[in-house]
Amino acid sequence: MAYLELQNLHREFAGGVKALDGIEVQLGQGEFLSLLGPSGCGKTTALRLVAGFDRPDEGRIVIDGKDITNVAPSKRDMGMVFQAYSLFPNMSAAQNVEFGLKIRGKHKGERASRVGELLELVGLGHAGDRYPHQLSGGMQQRVALARALAIEPRVLLLDEPLSALDAKVRVQLREEIRRIQLELGITTLYVTHDQEEALAVSDQVAVMNRGRIEQIGPPAEMYSRPATPFVAEFIGTMNRLEATIADPDSGTVEHGGVSLTVDAARGRRRGERVLVLIRPETVELTPADGSGGENTLSGEVIAQTFLGPVTRLKVVGPAADLIADVSTAKAATLPIGMKVTAALPATDARVLELSDPVAERAPELDPVGQ
Amino acid sequence: MKARRGTAPTSYFWLLITGAYFFVPLLATFLFSLKSNQTGKCCTAASYTWVLHQGDFWHTLKISLLLALETIVISLLIFVPTIYWVHLKVPRLRPVVAFLALIPFVVPPIVMVVGLLDVYRGTPSWFYAQPWGFLAAAYVILAFPYMFFSLDAGFRSIDVHTLTEASQSLGASWPTTLVKVILPNIRSAALAASFLTLAIVMGEFTIANLSAFSTFPRFIQAVNEAQAYPAAALTLMSFALTWGAMLSLLLVGRKRGTRAAVLTGAR
Ligand SMILES: Nc1ncnc2c1ncn2[C@@H]1O[C@H](COP(=O)(O)OP(=O)(O)O)[C@@H](O)[C@H]1O
Ligand SMILES: [Mg+2]
Repeated sequence: MAYLELQNLHREFAGGVKALDGIEVQLGQGEFLSLLGPSGCGKTTALRLVAGFDRPDEGRIVIDGKDITNVAPSKRDMGMVFQAYSLFPNMSAAQNVEFGLKIRGKHKGERASRVGELLELVGLGHAGDRYPHQLSGGMQQRVALARALAIEPRVLLLDEPLSALDAKVRVQLREEIRRIQLELGITTLYVTHDQEEALAVSDQVAVMNRGRIEQIGPPAEMYSRPATPFVAEFIGTMNRLEATIADPDSGTVEHGGVSLTVDAARGRRRGERVLVLIRPETVELTPADGSGGENTLSGEVIAQTFLGPVTRLKVVGPAADLIADVSTAKAATLPIGMKVTAALPATDARVLELSDPVAERAPELDPVGQ
Repeated sequence: MKARRGTAPTSYFWLLITGAYFFVPLLATFLFSLKSNQTGKCCTAASYTWVLHQGDFWHTLKISLLLALETIVISLLIFVPTIYWVHLKVPRLRPVVAFLALIPFVVPPIVMVVGLLDVYRGTPSWFYAQPWGFLAAAYVILAFPYMFFSLDAGFRSIDVHTLTEASQSLGASWPTTLVKVILPNIRSAALAASFLTLAIVMGEFTIANLSAFSTFPRFIQAVNEAQAYPAAALTLMSFALTWGAMLSLLLVGRKRGTRAAVLTGAR
């Protein structure tokens, strides 16, 4: 049974901004769910409703079977970690962690040992006496995490806790957050705009767009079976080909005068406009030999981006532009300016109904982003 | 400010000029205060002992110090929660409050006291006829701009929203949040506001005079009219007293939060 439920949450701000437009989430006890989406899609608003800092216009928040929609934030037992600058500047790290325990009237000895344990847990056993301004950004967030955990919250809420840190610390700390979360078995709601981060640490990922959840599921499923074009583009990089179903029996679609076979197009309506989604790692590039085989597009390599073990190639052709990830060794044989043939996989491509192609485009997509 | 190692010669020059601007009058007053009342010659401490033997000196000093304390306490109790609330809940109203805070600056004290005397006429005599009532109320109004602009700067230097929400999610009530989390982090701003208020109350003459309460500035004025050398001595003593009072405020304010006060500015 779900431990934390967000039921049909709506929140509209003055000026008619619909920050949340019917959010539904069910989260089992001990699960880690990420709310993932571009900036402005309503993630923080959703989290603040759960924390109690704001009230929904409509909908309910239920925890462990009890409706807490109208409970004051100080009575909710939610541990909150903010983006930055949330530590009390007048208190040392240890005093920050101790704050919630003092409020709860815990005895001095009990407080001290608990604070010690928690600082140890976040790897700051040595830094309890330091004040926030004496700690690095990463350390401050560790203290904030320890402080939130000190009250043994029913749910841990994190609002982009790593976004103010540099890349290396970010990766390190997200792994630690996950380790601690698993160790304590604490139900966690995590907000981020970084899809890599969400996929790396979560049990469930909910992709949000304009106040709605587009799709919710385990990371692998979100990556391999995106349900909407928005999700497909937001999670990982996708080649998008707008096409028309030419033959539903064989799965043939037509794109820019070229016929392609896509298994997922079988059974669609003839003449239907669809979006064919192809992951860059499934595109096979070979030097052009003029043959033009089955399921291929032709083009010219115009850019190479080194990504470590793979290199991302941008191919521009008469029918379509493509992005392909090939092994770095192979990329050396496909220099910029070379004419190539791109073989598209019949089996791995996804087909989605094409509704509103422009509006569905993820706003912040970097063509070479990961 | 430009961060530079070493100090340019020109800045010493300006420092000297500024220093002279402040210290020459003090020095002149000091030399003047040492002259003998009978002979007009230097040097005697007679003016100082004369002042110290005036019953009114001690009496009015006590009234003014207590008035200052009362004004500070009332102002902090009113303005800290109000300005906190404005920052947290209705930031749109901040400019309105800032405008209101300017009114005591632009309305001359003479106009204000006439208005206030009129408005409060008919209030009970424990208020109207007592410095602790009427005068303190007037001084709270006078202190409003100093309180507002100091505290406002203090609140702007911290992340009021995040600190409040962090405190609440940890289970703290509103009063606990205000006292344990917000107040310690605006301590230096509150201290600055208190200094200014103290200085105002210790030096305010017009309102006290027109409402006929015998405060320290009125005593200074009375001496000034009658006795030249002791007046100079008294001026210096009031100067020292005000600084002494500020110093003790600083010490009281810092007792528990020495580090906190330093930290607030450091974030
Ligand atoms: N207090 C508020 N008043 C008015 N509009 C707001 C307020 N908070 C958020 N919004 C608007 O609601 C939308 C969602 O905001 P938010 O939840 O902060 O997005 P995210 O955290 O996903 O970046 C944005 O368009 C934002 O401008
Ligand atoms: Mg946000």
